[in-house]
Amino acid sequence: MTAVESSTKVQLGGARGGPDESTLRQDRWWLQPVVTVSILTAFVIYSTWAAFQNKNYFVGASFHRDLISPFYSPCLTSNCVAGSTSGFAIHGWALSPALLILIFPLGFRMTCYYYRRSYYRAFWWSPPACAVTDAHANYSGETRFPLIIQNIHRYFFYAGLLFNVLLTYDAIRAFRQPGLGWGVTVGTVVLCVNASLLWLYSLSCHACRHLCGGQLRTFSNHPIRHKLWKFVTPLNAKHMNFAWASLMFVALTDVYVRLVASGALTDYKLF
Amino acid sequence: MAEVTMRVWRGDANGGDFEEYTLPQNEGEVVLDVIHRIQATEAPDLACRWNCKAGKCGSCSAEINGKPRLMCMTRMDQLPGGTVTVTPMKTFPIIRDLVTDVSFNYEMAKKVPALLPPPMPEGGYTMFQEDVERGQEFRKCIECFLCQDVCHVIRDHEDNKQHYAGPRFFIRYAELEMHPLDTNDRRDLVREDMGLGYCNITKCCTEVCPEHIHITDNAIIPLKERVVDADFDPVAWLGRKIRRKTKRTPAEAAVQPAP
Repeated sequence: MTAVESSTKVQLGGARGGPDESTLRQDRWWLQPVVTVSILTAFVIYSTWAAFQNKNYFVGASFHRDLISPFYSPCLTSNCVAGSTSGFAIHGWALSPALLILIFPLGFRMTCYYYRRSYYRAFWWSPPACAVTDAHANYSGETRFPLIIQNIHRYFFYAGLLFNVLLTYDAIRAFRQPGLGWGVTVGTVVLCVNASLLWLYSLSCHACRHLCGGQLRTFSNHPIRHKLWKFVTPLNAKHMNFAWASLMFVALTDVYVRLVASGALTDYKLF
Repeated sequence: MAEVTMRVWRGDANGGDFEEYTLPQNEGEVVLDVIHRIQATEAPDLACRWNCKAGKCGSCSAEINGKPRLMCMTRMDQLPGGTVTVTPMKTFPIIRDLVTDVSFNYEMAKKVPALLPPPMPEGGYTMFQEDVERGQEFRKCIECFLCQDVCHVIRDHEDNKQHYAGPRFFIRYAELEMHPLDTNDRRDLVREDMGLGYCNITKCCTEVCPEHIHITDNAIIPLKERVVDADFDPVAWLGRKIRRKTKRTPAEAAVQPAP
């Protein structure tokens, strides 16, 4: 063995070529950050408003329906609307029950590799686009607090899986029509699509791909994990699409349930 | 006859400026063709590095209309109309005109600990296709260093060059970490000495790669997840304790096998 070359000093400095300009790009590189900021800001404003509303999140027996907003599921407090809880209740919580649970899906998305790419570019301008100058004089990336916390993404992924199970249960419950039996309504479809998109978003996650088999050095000794890895790899390639689709649809699902619960919209029965 | 106007950076370490050249437009040309025509007609002293003219040698990297690209793979008819701007790669020191000193990358290459296989068993090593195919994508790298050029960690922060290997070398580390015969453990090395945590996965390296290597998704993020296994996951830490597995320190991982 020989000593490593890691002591080799990299030569710093040296005059760079080209003009001293932020970018020479001529295309509309600013469009993507603008769209990202617009959509994410709209989502944050809406979801914050919805989380503090503490009403119209459940369509229950009085409508012959069983629909709950994903922002309020699982509803864990004693002040939840009758019928929206599954028995377990935390007593003494006076605020909106959504505030207790939203940290988990929020944390999953905040630490997601795709969203990190998006908000580092769009909000933090680090950099705003490729070959456009970083807006910050100093840069330490994700090596220090607070951004080093991004490394706990896989724990939010585990929590996200639990939420997916619960929202899938909600989607199955949406086939129930209390007093009428079972059937399919627009609300049933909405909740099913929402649960499906959340599963696709979770299964396409980079942490999921790693835990399924990416962390292995050899696949030949682990054929089942290799199959799992091969299953999630094509999904991973579409993680961005699932990230946006599931984000939009979770808000649309809340809007739909809210409109039906408030009486502004009728949840039509399909069959 | 239609014409094309090229705005080319001329200069060296002492300074420089743009010079404009207007030439007749020829069908089917790439940017490198036009640069060669400028050399042949108006500016025989214009310096540019090139070799294969087929997108396989990685020599003619430059920035065209502000985007890092290979000059030989950028068709003139795919650029928007108007003046075409050509500048040298911004991240590296200029030598002259469009030629930069990319030796930063060679210094970083020296730091990559080589493959460390176990002693050869009787009958030789055996590897299975499913174990080697992940790393084959990374072997497509032509070392054009466009990914290094576009990476804002060193493009906009010169001081980070001291402790940041960059995307080109992260794919090399990933390839070694995924190699079925390798016995080294470079996870702490890439975190502590090679600056993996500086990457904020904005995916510009993937966007500019002329070989379409999924640098971020298939190399950097898997490496980051391996670093999480090593340093940020308490369950993985407990598993190592129970199975009495130890990690390699950066110094241990950096030891090069004798040639």
